Amino acid sequence: MSPSTMVQAIQSGLYEALAQHDEVIVLGEDVGKNGGVFRATEGLWAQFGDERVIDTPLSEAAIIGASIGMAINGLKPVAEIQFMGFIYPAMEQIVTHMARLRTRTQGAYPATVVVRVPYGGGIRAPELHCDSTESLFTHIPGIKVVTPSTPKDAKGLLLAAIRDPDPVLFLEPMQLYRSIKEEIPAGWYEIPIGEARRVCEGDDLTLISWGTMVPVTEAAAKQALQLGISCEVIDLRSLSPIDEETIIQSVKKTGRAMIIHEAPKTAGLGAEITSIINEQAFLYLEAPVKRVTGYDAPVPMYALEDTYRPHQERVLKAIQEVMSF
Amino acid sequence: MLGQLEKDWIQYVSIEGQLTEAGAAIWEEMSDRDKKQFYQWMVYIRSFDRRAILLQRQGRIGTYAPLEGQEAAQVGSAYALTAQDFVFPSYREHGVALVQGMPLTQIFLYWMGRVEGCKAPTDVRVLPPAVPIATQIPHAVGAAWASKLKKEKEIAIAYFGDGATSEGDFHEACNFSGVFQVPVILFCQNNGYAISVPFSRQSASETVAEKAKAYNFPGYRVDGNDVLAVYDVTKRAIERARRGEGPTLIEAVTYRKGSHTTADDARRYRPQAEVDEWIKERDPIARYRKLLVLDGLLDEREDEDWRKECDEKIDQAIREAESLTPLPPEHVFTHLFAQLSKQEKAQQAELREER
Ligand SMILES: Cc1ncc(C[n+]2csc(CCOP(=O)(O)OP(=O)(O)O)c2C)c(N)n1
Ligand SMILES: [Mg+2]
Repeated sequence: MSPSTMVQAIQSGLYEALAQHDEVIVLGEDVGKNGGVFRATEGLWAQFGDERVIDTPLSEAAIIGASIGMAINGLKPVAEIQFMGFIYPAMEQIVTHMARLRTRTQGAYPATVVVRVPYGGGIRAPELHCDSTESLFTHIPGIKVVTPSTPKDAKGLLLAAIRDPDPVLFLEPMQLYRSIKEEIPAGWYEIPIGEARRVCEGDDLTLISWGTMVPVTEAAAKQALQLGISCEVIDLRSLSPIDEETIIQSVKKTGRAMIIHEAPKTAGLGAEITSIINEQAFLYLEAPVKRVTGYDAPVPMYALEDTYRPHQERVLKAIQEVMSF
Repeated sequence: MLGQLEKDWIQYVSIEGQLTEAGAAIWEEMSDRDKKQFYQWMVYIRSFDRRAILLQRQGRIGTYAPLEGQEAAQVGSAYALTAQDFVFPSYREHGVALVQGMPLTQIFLYWMGRVEGCKAPTDVRVLPPAVPIATQIPHAVGAAWASKLKKEKEIAIAYFGDGATSEGDFHEACNFSGVFQVPVILFCQNNGYAISVPFSRQSASETVAEKAKAYNFPGYRVDGNDVLAVYDVTKRAIERARRGEGPTLIEAVTYRKGSHTTADDARRYRPQAEVDEWIKERDPIARYRKLLVLDGLLDEREDEDWRKECDEKIDQAIREAESLTPLPPEHVFTHLFAQLSKQEKAQQAELREER
């Protein structure tokens, strides 16, 4: 098998799901004939036909709402929202129904929908194509939120999401769609939801990030090592639920923690992780938990995107600040 | 396919450049200046559009949404507006913006990912392009409604595509327009596709125009590549709105000759024969040019001079846009609020160090 990009890995995961489970339906804008605007559904329409891979009219509310209905009646929809900035028309369906249906029907009708959403910046995309509003969704009880940072994790997490008995929001970091290649296993395999990945081990400081920020964090950690600072990097992967154990174990070892995300700082997921650390490892801390995040301003148009999003030097500087506290 | 296209539409200039009877009556009343301006605007917009694609290929602007093929729909409708009317465009309406007085430099800046491109001069009532589909339509309804409540004469126009008619925002905006009898023009450029999805997949209605019926206001379907028809239909809708008779939905049937954006490849989903037909037979500029020639209104020398002038204006705008000093990183906070909070000021200071 030749190495795959993340977008190919996602396509491969969708292929497996469609091939192995008749109830799986892929639907969304331009996912059929066009193979998706990022080609994540390339070839699936030709292979599985118009009733398994469905080009829908342009309506996010109906894509998600109808997916919920399909799930109620025994299908397993994997819906695509073209960009995270365009998921908001479906917010009502996601928040008031998808997340609550299991509770409201007392287990009779879980809304077992997977929603795939490209997210994040870094590709000089037009306005509003770069949102990273994951914490809007992690704040909602009743939906799981995951995001891979490698091709292998992408396919495994996607298949886990598809087999999951509950709704899952699957965020795809656009910047990483084609930037990394690696061998991925053929066939069906799963990366369990709720488990973080330890990217590299270290003793001085725990760096926690996800999606697009993982490579940035890794690069900063490598640089830090040259300065004699040993960082442990954790790719959270599962944003809801959070793998508290992996985080806490690591922080107890290193005594320091930093969270890196491209979403704005205020009420971002970094705040939640900081609280988890404070609640469970406070006495182990040698420095306050630090956040390196996007700024509390709307994601700018791309001319200013590189300084808006956390970059390697900023992460490195923050590492040094934590170490010299 | 064309039979269905032409269903119940208004056309004043045939593809051979011949005026219909109704068209001739309107043509009669128009000044030579207006007649020439239609042409000049369309030529200018096409030159700009082609240049923008080149700039994108050279990496000098980002992903760009071309409009070639839709010049008549944009020029005809915008030409019917006054400077006081509010325009709520989507991302493909640079032609409309230009006619309404938006400087070309701004339009280049926008596609260079620079927020300066969103801002119109104070006397130009064109809002920034709405990227989330259909979301600008309720704004136009609100702006028009405000005119009505304030007893003022300006109207508002929303521009959107055929794909937008599937969004709730479109239908909710239509409903408000009808209920409150708002002086708004809902202008749909039906270019046959929403990225790869053909209109037949977008809606089970045969036309966009007929959707107005459900909201109880008029809907017109017009040959969107006929600048005269678009102009006249829009003008009449605007007059009606100004008289306080409420909203109108206009469907301009057109075609985007190129891909959805420079990041798209339309060959994946459109039959070549269809594309060829639109390019060769139904081009809005070629048709109008024939009419001007037949009417003795087109001077070849003048035309050549105008094309040169367009190129110079475009060169100049590119120079201006490219030489404009980049905004500093902390600019992301500059217009966040009228007054920044302490925390925001601190973050702004942090960003200042990025310079
Ligand atoms: C709410 C929303 N969903 C999806 C998109 C992605 N998208 C951008 S343009 C487009 C198709 C729009 O088609 P149409 O309304 O016909 O306008 P056209 O591009 O043809 O001018 C889509 C799906 C978006 N911008 N906004
Ligand atoms: Mg369209």
